[in-house]
Amino acid sequence: MELGVFYILAAVIVVSGLLVVTLKNIFHSALMLILCLFGVAGIYILLHADFLAAVQVLLYVGGVTILMIFAIMVTHQLTGKKIKHYNEQPVPAGLIILSLLILLIVSITRTAFEVADKAEPMPTVAVIGRALMTDYVLPFEVVSVVLLVALIGAIVIARRD
Amino acid sequence: MLELRPIFDAIGEFLNSILPEFWVTIVSAFGTGAIILGVASVFVLFFVWWERKVSAHMQQRYGPMRTGWHGWLQTIADGVKLLQKEDLIPRDADKLVYLFAPVVCFVAAFLAYVTIPFGEGLIVQDLNIGILYIIAITTFTVVSLLMAGWASHNKWSLLGGMRSAAQIISYEVPLSLSLIGVIMIAETLSMVSIVVQQEGWFWNWYVFRQPLGFIVYYIAATAEANRTPFDIPEAEQELVAGYNVEYSGMKWAMFFFAEYINMLTISAIAVTLFFGGWHAPAPFLDFIPSWIWFVGKCLLSVFVLMWFRWTYPRVRVDQLMAFAWKFMLPLAFVNIILTGFGIYLF
Repeated sequence: MELGVFYILAAVIVVSGLLVVTLKNIFHSALMLILCLFGVAGIYILLHADFLAAVQVLLYVGGVTILMIFAIMVTHQLTGKKIKHYNEQPVPAGLIILSLLILLIVSITRTAFEVADKAEPMPTVAVIGRALMTDYVLPFEVVSVVLLVALIGAIVIARRD
Repeated sequence: MLELRPIFDAIGEFLNSILPEFWVTIVSAFGTGAIILGVASVFVLFFVWWERKVSAHMQQRYGPMRTGWHGWLQTIADGVKLLQKEDLIPRDADKLVYLFAPVVCFVAAFLAYVTIPFGEGLIVQDLNIGILYIIAITTFTVVSLLMAGWASHNKWSLLGGMRSAAQIISYEVPLSLSLIGVIMIAETLSMVSIVVQQEGWFWNWYVFRQPLGFIVYYIAATAEANRTPFDIPEAEQELVAGYNVEYSGMKWAMFFFAEYINMLTISAIAVTLFFGGWHAPAPFLDFIPSWIWFVGKCLLSVFVLMWFRWTYPRVRVDQLMAFAWKFMLPLAFVNIILTGFGIYLF
């Protein structure tokens, strides 16, 4: 049953991901992006990473994509318009994509993925919280400062005086 | 005595005896879904009638009186009327998005009920991340409002949808932060564990240890549900009706339905986190079944929300945002800091 659910989720993620880049209407692309990210949250749940799944939905669906849709809505030139998909440099772009594809295939097939035989800690939230506050406190604080800088930057740009 | 849990256990045992495990999972999933949908629908029918009655009596009117005793059939009559309405789709509308917006809204409203404990043992699934799940999943409401506003191809809908989304995202921040105080004391996110910790006399309820958190939560939740005094998205005088102007018939009814479901959701969360969930206020009142206590507390909370609506005037758009970011947010932070000191000292 778990495998079946995985395939359904994988299909949803791949199809919606393809639609994000192929749809001509940018609003529809944003909606498909929401579906794609929601599918990823489903994969996290399958992996028993429930906290990560909730945060994924909360931040990406509730935050990032909503802000994107906002930006699309308030930009006059974008709403309802068909967007051009291609630029004038198909050859270099194709080469880069091809090399990336080869790199990914090689690295995925050559890696021996280790399966941890330890049972996953339940509930996950306490473990993650403890890890963030002890072992990873420096990255945690750095990320906070980066976000604060971004916030202040946005306010400085947005304010008119 | 009249607890509902043994009934469900008996049904589960019966299913296990006649079906293989896989089908039991399927049947019980659909069964619980249908039960939640049915119960919530009955509540919504009742709330619509109740709101009309409450508003009428607050304004010294009678409200609906003709259909049934004191108009109790009014909502059902309205529902039948809505079923028969012509289902209009504007010519310039973005058809697919237009069709899916009410569905997303409706489903998002119901998804929260997966992890709400209606009584002792009456919970679909006690998730480890309980309250976080509810906060996360209800953000889909914002998506649906934006979809509706944008797909209608109408400037009033678009403005209404954007106002709605802006308001919900802004109030989401103090709402989530106001719940952190409770989580810090409870040291768990699971709804059942939070309720179990509030057992005994009513002064064990978290509202008495988190009064500030509760006030911030309740105000922010009122704003989340788009109810007066925060019903800017639907300000009739400015925006006709907000994001759902172009919707008619059952599609409109689904938005309406979701709004009342959300009212029940925020009440249920308030009861679970701050008012002891299914516990009676005093141990000797335990002979009354737990689900009656839960539903009773929820109804009281819904009544308070209606009371707000028919008492307070609406705030302005700019006041609304300033209130969220300059008052509610600092208050929520103060609550977290105070809770931290409290936990450290005691």
